[in-house]
Amino acid sequence: MSLVVRGRAWKFGDDINTDYMAPGFVKNQPWELVKKAILHVHPGFTAGFRPGDVIVAGENFGCGSSREAAPANLKRLEVGCVVAESFGRIFLRNSIAIAFPVLICKGISRAFEEGEQLELDFDRSLVKNLTRGTELAGTPLPPELVRIVAAGGMMQLLKQEAAAAAR
Amino acid sequence: MAAKAGMTMAERILARAAGRARVKPGEFVTAKVDLVMANDAQFPQSCKALEDIGLKKVFDPDRIVVVIDHWVPANTPMVAEMHRGIRAQVKELGIRHFYDAGVGIEHKVIPEKGHALPGQLIVGSDSHSTTYGALGAASTGIGLTELAYVMYTGKLWFQVPPTIRFNLTGRLARGVSPKDLMLALLARHTTQVAQYKSVEFGGPAAAAMDMEGRLTLANISSEMGAKFSMFAADATTLAYLHARTEAPVHAFGPEDDAEYEAVHGIDCSTVEPQVAAPHKPDNVKNVSEFASVRVDQAFIGSCTNAHAGDLQRAAAIMKGRKVAAGTRFLVIPASHEVMVEAMKNGSLAVLVEAGAMVGTPGCGPCAGGSTGVLGPGETGIASTNRNFKGRGGSTESFLYLASPETVAASAIEGRIADPRKYLPGGMQ
Ligand code: SF4
Repeated sequence: MSLVVRGRAWKFGDDINTDYMAPGFVKNQPWELVKKAILHVHPGFTAGFRPGDVIVAGENFGCGSSREAAPANLKRLEVGCVVAESFGRIFLRNSIAIAFPVLICKGISRAFEEGEQLELDFDRSLVKNLTRGTELAGTPLPPELVRIVAAGGMMQLLKQEAAAAAR
Repeated sequence: MAAKAGMTMAERILARAAGRARVKPGEFVTAKVDLVMANDAQFPQSCKALEDIGLKKVFDPDRIVVVIDHWVPANTPMVAEMHRGIRAQVKELGIRHFYDAGVGIEHKVIPEKGHALPGQLIVGSDSHSTTYGALGAASTGIGLTELAYVMYTGKLWFQVPPTIRFNLTGRLARGVSPKDLMLALLARHTTQVAQYKSVEFGGPAAAAMDMEGRLTLANISSEMGAKFSMFAADATTLAYLHARTEAPVHAFGPEDDAEYEAVHGIDCSTVEPQVAAPHKPDNVKNVSEFASVRVDQAFIGSCTNAHAGDLQRAAAIMKGRKVAAGTRFLVIPASHEVMVEAMKNGSLAVLVEAGAMVGTPGCGPCAGGSTGVLGPGETGIASTNRNFKGRGGSTESFLYLASPETVAASAIEGRIADPRKYLPGGMQ
């Protein structure tokens, strides 16, 4: 079973931090409000995002705090995936932990204009620009981490492990 | 044949924790953690995540420390309820090391209470968990799902990071403090220099630095992207810990021939007071560049720079002076212990007389959680670690980062100011 994500790309620059994805000023607010604040630094995104769209970003996407709400908010908004030049460390960990597909891919910023169609083959760490018909290889994740995502996240994995241990 | 290269601090610790003779950068390992720090921002959700899959116990209650610090004292009924839940949870799980609202910020409390030890592998539910590297531990931040996982299993995956080393030489001039040094490093090397990497601070100036300075550097290294940020555990470390724990503590450092991905040097005597302008911690220039910037609020606080020494140096600048009309000056000691010390040594009295509002030890408005946030159009200067848009309040506010000394001088003038002219004895 392989995980393939397709969607329209939104582009972001370098150093997009977790405060932009889960701002303190909407913490504990209703989702309808939170939704409008996610990635507020991109003027078109909050108004124009449609479920299934994907994100293409520069260096250090998700730098900053450890708040898991950052990838969790993107997942809940139904962002298909994030492909970036590099990620903030904890953001990458958190994304894997909640089974939100992310890929490190050098050169991705230049390979996409906003609005182009992206296809991510997660298991093979491959990105296609369907609009241009080009393909780029990302940095593969080790099998242990792919296994976490395939299990549906760390809690699902833990549930399986705990059940196996009890048997 | 060439001798095998030695291991850095990060490699030594991960090898031990993974039960391996040695590890190399880039390898993935599963390692046992020695300590888990959980705060009010994540602990409740992590407990819930475990309960959701029918699990209600932790791997070792004595290896988990829980701190309530992000919203203290509770500012809404919802927060009060959440805190009440934490108190019940820690009882149920048998967690003895629990620090309730008012004890202080996690990254101050964990070192202060002697929980973090040299050579340990530590994870915390907060990105500034790198702070405990000041004591020679490999310590890093995780999110709530991983917190749940590690609280139950006591282990987690790690990728062995390459290590970069900063050799610190020379002495910081008067009126210049470790925060300025760190901002200067960010200015030179940017927020990306340590992405996925472990940082080691070494050299004579690191060896001479007191524990507070080390805590400040290890803390804000998180803004360089550092996974770990460490000082070798030396006589300073052991003296600090002997006063705080019964546990055996040993000196700990890298192996002699450890291999670094890069080695950078900085002469501390060349560093001037630095300021990071909105909205990035590496948007840094000398303080003189910002002399015309008016500030609505000056804030000394956070896990970065609200140590007793920070308050004392700020007080030396404020002594006999007043906060400028039209500027608010907010001081929140990092912990109860700091507050008591600042009361006893008189620095708190000086700051209050100058017009400071003093808050409960905790995070305060640092991450926009508690009172003291900035409104739309307002400008603040703070001794905190992040000036991302909207972090300390409105997305339309502007936050500058600086040392406690510079924040104090700015409170006096109502605009960003060089602290050196307020030093006792002048600029020399
Ligand atoms: S003081 Fe600020 S940076 Fe430190 S733990 Fe609290 S919110 Fe985070």
